[in-house]
Amino acid sequence: MTPLLPPAVLAVAGALVGGGFLLAFFRLVRGPTSPDRVVALDLMAALAVGAIGLQAIATGSHPSLRVATVLALVGFLGTVAFATFIARRRA
Amino acid sequence: MSTVIASVAVLLGAAFMFVAALGVARMPDLFTRMQAATKASTVGVILVMCGVAVAYLEGSVTIRAVLIAGFFLLTSPVAAHAIARSAHAALKREPTLSAPPPRSRASGEAPRERGTPA
Repeated sequence: MTPLLPPAVLAVAGALVGGGFLLAFFRLVRGPTSPDRVVALDLMAALAVGAIGLQAIATGSHPSLRVATVLALVGFLGTVAFATFIARRRA
Repeated sequence: MSTVIASVAVLLGAAFMFVAALGVARMPDLFTRMQAATKASTVGVILVMCGVAVAYLEGSVTIRAVLIAGFFLLTSPVAAHAIARSAHAALKREPTLSAPPPRSRASGEAPRERGTPA
């Protein structure tokens, strides 16, 4: 359970990813159209994968990387599903 | 040495992700937002996964990190293309979807409504 990198590095990287989450959430709440919100959700899935990678480094336990694999898959499927929904709406 | 390389990769990846989120929050248009989010977040994920692989230096973790990075590299352009296509079709269908202008449209419609009875 020892971090593999210096804690300062992990703190800075975690702050950057957390700030990214806040900005993406701002666009998710504010976004004027639904494609904007889909883009924000896609970005949040990528940010979550990065945060899981940081967590795997910080705790020194790597099984959570499987969660990142599944999250990448589900995020892609969700984005494609939302795109189909937007294309078919009022068609 | 590997600690330094992994630290640099992780920090660069996190910075790229932050820039992607900044672009999504600050860009003026849907399509500019989308290109900022897609490309920068892909590079960010790949760099963070490189950092994970170098920090662990184990075979199984390296395989998993390469898998995640390759998966993002394959699926992120496809997802962006799907969103762009559907959004473009939706914008052609209803052009007011991109920028709902309540004030200018109201002032533009008000003279027309006044003009029709007269």
